[in-house]
Amino acid sequence: MNLTKEQCFEQLLLGKDVKSEGWLAAIRIDALERARSLHFPSERHDDWRFTDMSPMFQHGFQPVGSFARLALADIGKFSIPGSIRLVFVDGYYDAGLSDLAQADAGVTVASLVERSGDQQIEAHFSRHVPYQQDAFAALNTRFFEDGAFVNVSGEVAAPIHILHVATRRETPSAIYPRCLVVMGKNSRATLIEDYAGIGDGVYLSNAVTEAVLEEHSQLQHVRVQREEKNAFHIGHGSVVAAKGSIYTSTSLAFGARVSRHTLHITQQGEGAEMHLNGLALISGRQIADTHTRIDHAVPKGKSVQLHKCIADGASHAVFSGKVIVHTGAVGTDSVQSSRNLLLSGKAHIDTQPQLEIYNEDVSCKHGATVGQIDADALFFLKSRGLDDVRARSLLTHAFAAEIIEKIPVPSLVESLDRTILDERMKVGE
Amino acid sequence: MINNDSKVLLEVKNLKAEVAGVEILKGVDLTVRAGEVHAIMGVNGSGKSTFSKVLAGHPDYTVKGGTAALDGKDLFSLAAEERARAGLFLAFQYPVEIPGVSNNALLRLAYNTLQNERGLEELDPLEFEDLVQEKIKVVEMDPSFLDRSVNEGFSGGEKKRNEILQMAILEPKLAILDETDSGLDIDALRIVANGVNSLLTPDNAVVMVTHYQRLLNYIVPDYVHVMDSGRIVKTGGKELALELEARGYDWVRAAA
Repeated sequence: MNLTKEQCFEQLLLGKDVKSEGWLAAIRIDALERARSLHFPSERHDDWRFTDMSPMFQHGFQPVGSFARLALADIGKFSIPGSIRLVFVDGYYDAGLSDLAQADAGVTVASLVERSGDQQIEAHFSRHVPYQQDAFAALNTRFFEDGAFVNVSGEVAAPIHILHVATRRETPSAIYPRCLVVMGKNSRATLIEDYAGIGDGVYLSNAVTEAVLEEHSQLQHVRVQREEKNAFHIGHGSVVAAKGSIYTSTSLAFGARVSRHTLHITQQGEGAEMHLNGLALISGRQIADTHTRIDHAVPKGKSVQLHKCIADGASHAVFSGKVIVHTGAVGTDSVQSSRNLLLSGKAHIDTQPQLEIYNEDVSCKHGATVGQIDADALFFLKSRGLDDVRARSLLTHAFAAEIIEKIPVPSLVESLDRTILDERMKVGE
Repeated sequence: MINNDSKVLLEVKNLKAEVAGVEILKGVDLTVRAGEVHAIMGVNGSGKSTFSKVLAGHPDYTVKGGTAALDGKDLFSLAAEERARAGLFLAFQYPVEIPGVSNNALLRLAYNTLQNERGLEELDPLEFEDLVQEKIKVVEMDPSFLDRSVNEGFSGGEKKRNEILQMAILEPKLAILDETDSGLDIDALRIVANGVNSLLTPDNAVVMVTHYQRLLNYIVPDYVHVMDSGRIVKTGGKELALELEARGYDWVRAAA
């Protein structure tokens, strides 16, 4: 089926009539209206002009009407030992595959639908993501089937693993993962959002995550996008950070034919810290786009960002990172760095670090580099007996490792390392 | 140790090579037998570092003529990694830093690549640990360096020791040490030299490329060659190095 962009959008708008009650029903109605009037962003839109979404527009994505039953063994390769695990299959919560045994009194990890009466949900859900301006976020808000609700009040030792798995369907499917995280005062947690597929299906995973950090809370937020190679992934994250809170994001994009991740962080209280680590590692005809925006709205905020793109084959990586220091945000300290590795003459990387400063008395730095595999390092490794493919894989992985090693979960670091090295060896052969 | 009956490990004949279109080596001849230690000395720009890089297969250099055989194998028909697997080792003058690749992982990968080449079993991480702990004593290196990225943040001396550790693990037939003494203080020089000496056997050989005689007090050569303008212009015993130290290079060049 080859559709036009308009037909693709109309198909998404048809969606499935997911029912809600009360305040949420009102939001869903509003979101559909917003989506309808916004439509897909135009190719000329400043935020989208680098990213060719046309491969996605050819498909008519259908809502998923039935629940696919998976066995524990099917998701084994994604599992993180010792974690609190919440599993969603094609957007539906799967209690059987989930494992909440590690959850203690300091944390609630549950299905959004099951907890829909929770006051925290009503207070925060859809309040932070700007679905009024973003068609994809609006579509998610209208059509999400279920999602994760993570409410942390204490210090949670076990990592919280939110695993979204897409299965292969007869027709291309539209899936709407959703997540709301509320970090209470002084709370600490590590959250891993994991987007994966089984069976090489064609699907659109259109995800929205909102995270609220109350005073002096700390969230380690890991995001792994390892969708199937014919999938499309659009993700939107909105984070608000209160006084003294520390938000650390490590976001990895490996999969999907076309992916886009937008992360927007707003510093709302004095002295909040934001650490953003990003990596896109792609090959073939993949397109991976990362857009980040940090708003320093109040004094003494700190943000440190390192984003890396590695592009092989005829792939295209995009990074656009905006840091905005608003009037009154004195004492802001911001460093942003974009480092990029081109592995092929046909690959393409666009990087746009941007600083907007409306204030004096700030320290802001940014920079970008694009390079290739270091010839001296390559020769050194060959002189120790490693063949060309192995040596390049090792150096590519080493470039990626600086980001991956920021993940505070050793077993996940190890499994990602292994996957990357194996994949690089395959790409090289 | 000179033994004229031992096998020829390296045979270089009339080697000519250029970099970026400029001819650097203009006909080098060198024969190295098992058990021997050779030193190639010369002023900067004489071609001695080029010689070592050409033998190791550096892509910036183009061979324009002549032959080189390692233990009977034509080196120039082999890629750099195949030369290494055939038993050639180059200790670099400026060891490269590779952030993100752990020293230990690289050593094990290189070792197991060689084991495969020899048709022997690979070592798992635990077995390799035993081997590397043994070898690390050769260069008196702190084991914590194994867990660090290759050469990242190492001092000059630590980098050179790391090169010799790689040599100890890989056990090459022929090791070329390119200016291994440069940037070393006297203690580090002694440690590196002791390491190299402990690795010498009647079945392997070492070629040292060096500017100064200093290193040769610690690793005593059987032959000293003087390279000038891309040729070996004089060959002698270890006493030649002392003479060069005392008189400089001009008299050799004038005679050549």
